[in-house]
Amino acid sequence: MNWVGQSIERVEDAALLTGRGRYIDDLAAPPGCLHAAVLRSPHPHAAIRAIDVSAARAAKGVAAVITADDVTQFGAPLLAGVKANIRCWPIAVERVRYVGEPVAVVIAADRYLAEDALELIAVDYAPLPITLRPADALKPDSAVLHEGLGSNIASDRSFRYGDPAGAFARAAHRVSVKVDYPRNSCTPIETYGLIADYDPGEDAYDMLATFQGPFSIHAVLARALKVPGNRLRLRTPPDSGGSFGVKQGIFPYIALMGIAARVAGRPVKWIEDRLEHLAASVSATNRMITLEAAVEADGRITALAWDQVEDVGAHIRAPEPATLYRMHGNLTGAYDIANVSVRNRVVMTNKTPTGLNRGFGGPQVYYALERMMQRIAVELQLDPLNVIRRNLVPSGVFPFRTATGGLLDSGDYPAAVQQAIDEGGLAELRARQQQARAEGRLYGVGMTAVVEPSVSNMGYITTVLTPAERRKAGPKNGAQATATISLDPGGAVTVHVSSVPQGQGHRTVVAQIVADAFGLRPSDIRVITEMDTARDAWSIASGNYASRFAPAVGGAVQLACERIREKLARAAAAQLNVPADEIEFAASRVRARGNPDNALPFARLAATAHWAPGTLADDDQALRETVFWTPPQLTAPTEEDGINSSLCHGFIFDFCGLEVDRITGAVRIDKYVTMHDCGRVLHPGMVAGQVAGGFAQALGAALYEAYVYADDGSFISGTLADYLMPTSAEVPAPLILHFESPSPFTPLGAKGVGEGNCMSTPVCIANAVADALGVKELDLPLTPAKLAALVHAA
Amino acid sequence: MPRLSPDARHTVRVTVNGRALEGEAEPRMLLTDFLRHKLGLTGTHVGCEHGVCGACTIQIDGAPARACLTLAVQADGADIRTVEGLAPEPGRLSILQEAFRRHHALQCGFCTAGILMSLNWYLARTPDPSEVELREFLSGHICRCTGYVPIVAAALDAAQRLRETGEQR
Repeated sequence: MNWVGQSIERVEDAALLTGRGRYIDDLAAPPGCLHAAVLRSPHPHAAIRAIDVSAARAAKGVAAVITADDVTQFGAPLLAGVKANIRCWPIAVERVRYVGEPVAVVIAADRYLAEDALELIAVDYAPLPITLRPADALKPDSAVLHEGLGSNIASDRSFRYGDPAGAFARAAHRVSVKVDYPRNSCTPIETYGLIADYDPGEDAYDMLATFQGPFSIHAVLARALKVPGNRLRLRTPPDSGGSFGVKQGIFPYIALMGIAARVAGRPVKWIEDRLEHLAASVSATNRMITLEAAVEADGRITALAWDQVEDVGAHIRAPEPATLYRMHGNLTGAYDIANVSVRNRVVMTNKTPTGLNRGFGGPQVYYALERMMQRIAVELQLDPLNVIRRNLVPSGVFPFRTATGGLLDSGDYPAAVQQAIDEGGLAELRARQQQARAEGRLYGVGMTAVVEPSVSNMGYITTVLTPAERRKAGPKNGAQATATISLDPGGAVTVHVSSVPQGQGHRTVVAQIVADAFGLRPSDIRVITEMDTARDAWSIASGNYASRFAPAVGGAVQLACERIREKLARAAAAQLNVPADEIEFAASRVRARGNPDNALPFARLAATAHWAPGTLADDDQALRETVFWTPPQLTAPTEEDGINSSLCHGFIFDFCGLEVDRITGAVRIDKYVTMHDCGRVLHPGMVAGQVAGGFAQALGAALYEAYVYADDGSFISGTLADYLMPTSAEVPAPLILHFESPSPFTPLGAKGVGEGNCMSTPVCIANAVADALGVKELDLPLTPAKLAALVHAA
Repeated sequence: MPRLSPDARHTVRVTVNGRALEGEAEPRMLLTDFLRHKLGLTGTHVGCEHGVCGACTIQIDGAPARACLTLAVQADGADIRTVEGLAPEPGRLSILQEAFRRHHALQCGFCTAGILMSLNWYLARTPDPSEVELREFLSGHICRCTGYVPIVAAALDAAQRLRETGEQR
């Protein structure tokens, strides 16, 4: 019996349930540690004429006040992924460009005193005209944020795959949708936090931060702090209070507080508060999309034309504009569409810079694509299920190369859809809809099909560069995952992975994988997941993002196990007098297959290389193995701009029934069904947790959540009473179904599963609301006020 | 009501999880900061410091309260219960904690302490809640990881086991 595949209890939970977690703010601060508070801009756009910090410097308990002068003296700008004449600093230099941008940092004996001193800083601002919406940013006369750029358009690329113009010319119908996708965030309950230290003797920074990866950012930070990478030690705490991508966005503060510690001459601790987090941590991108489809009379799509205007806010922070390109290989979704044109523009506005957020580009792309599928059904008077089925990638063609270069690894989409409608009861839901409508109620059914990418190709972002620019910069591709397995002198097994979990139970799943490989119990295995770039094996793809744990990190663990097992098997073969290929690992013993009495205790064999290395051949010394694994399918963009942006592609088919209250406009979800094919399931309980958790966040994005800016650029979602996240009273339990198509590209056959519902659920709900109300254009969030206005206008 | 000087530190004496403890606090110090950084009880978490998320929920004199909306000096003389006091002994979990582990009712665990403190109080007073009642009660807490489904399942499971075993608190 295997441990993998069982929903065992998590090794993480006993500590977390008893108040013994070790989150950043629980860790002992080093002796002499001071505390930081950040002064932030109240203006969306203004020149800084002068900053007077003299009163703050003289205030009680204050050790230092850091301004742009310090940051430009000791630091360098943060690099981004596009070639544009923009300098992005972790603090406002000469100009503020969004409400909440750091302007000064006070370092004091405690946080209370530091906040007192913030009030004593006098900043002389000269307000400037603002550019707030992406449509405004496209206008030639919009207020320019970065004068070196000359406009607010940081990138403008067009792509053509197949013959979209010909397909549109021949098409029987054209169907289009316009989407204004709002800003939102997955908003972890723990905010950012860090402890910064600088050693002038070695010119080295030691930063302990709630960073979640990708560790490509380590290179950005070393440049920003003007030290080689081996003088920037970046560590993470043992526990994290959630991230969902968001804690990637702490990195500018790592640079800022590193310099603050250097100037103060003491360690510095900073814990972001909730008001700072909402206003100025990071946001998903808002995006303006026009999507057009060439459609045959039967609903078959022959071409897509994408026009996307991505609003990254006031700065392009690494890895942006990655949100715009992560989906590039799967811009045709779950469908077989041969001809695609794309125009992608990246614009700057006076809002908080954007970064990683669960779903990362998927919510925006699938909102447009799947709203369009619903519109095709309406306009051509077809059943929406049939429109989806007519266009699905057919059975038996995997691995399947998409028009834009993605390689869909495995699946059987039509079969998964059929299973979902059978087990999920679509017919019954439609009967309920008929009855509700007969009673005069506003009841809608929505559905959506989605391909969920996981394990990002670290080279996909270079699709934003032209082929000539890429040739000059050199190829970028791949995604190194790492795992290190150590055997100690007592034969006990310790594993380190650079996966930086944020609550996903990686330690438990790694223990399951290793226990299976060595015939041990998960409780025999100790797994370490905190990261230390000075000591651990890591690479740029390390970290917790793009749903890479199960497919990539789990796979690297499996490969490291196999390496150690081969060595141990050879050592055991000599002692048990059987060939190495007849050695098996089971029941905490290493034994001859078919003769279980001819055996050694695992621990004794595993300790051999410590106590008696002279009895082993050089190649059989099993002490410690580190595996770096990168999948060969993750190649650089082609000369034709084809890009396999992700290694794995799960499949999701969702449908739901909901009712809109005629008076209040409130949405009541009647039933929600979500079918997932995420390859091999390693821990069903955790997969269910990822699906239900992602569903709840997606429900929030669909119905309640938006980072709202007033027309004057002020931020008006600054508390949790304004930014409404769903609670237990609002989130129904979705019916979760599974279809299992193991990935041929990953060692364990697993694919990612954590982000799919953030892609599928918002548009599934919107399609149901559109069905209920009979409306064409519908932008999120579908708040009661918005829907009530639509109902009452009808 | 004693008058407190804003610049002075005052001795705050509390009973936490049955133990008498004391520490110094300025009048403006939040009870969350006092518990975490003066008394070293870091199991109580800070999520918003404006009373919405529920992560900091503790029990003060037998009733659930937001520690982030309470000043340390207000708690002088109070009987406080925190997540550190829920387990019957080191290495053992309470029935409620065990149910959370069994149902995977936590992922990152950051909101969990507050939810446990609320449920511990609620289930003692409402031993047989319906799912609707339970969901309404839990709506004072925000969890971003689980989608609430396993939390509700764990609470219902714990309620049943508590009824069967008659375990108090």
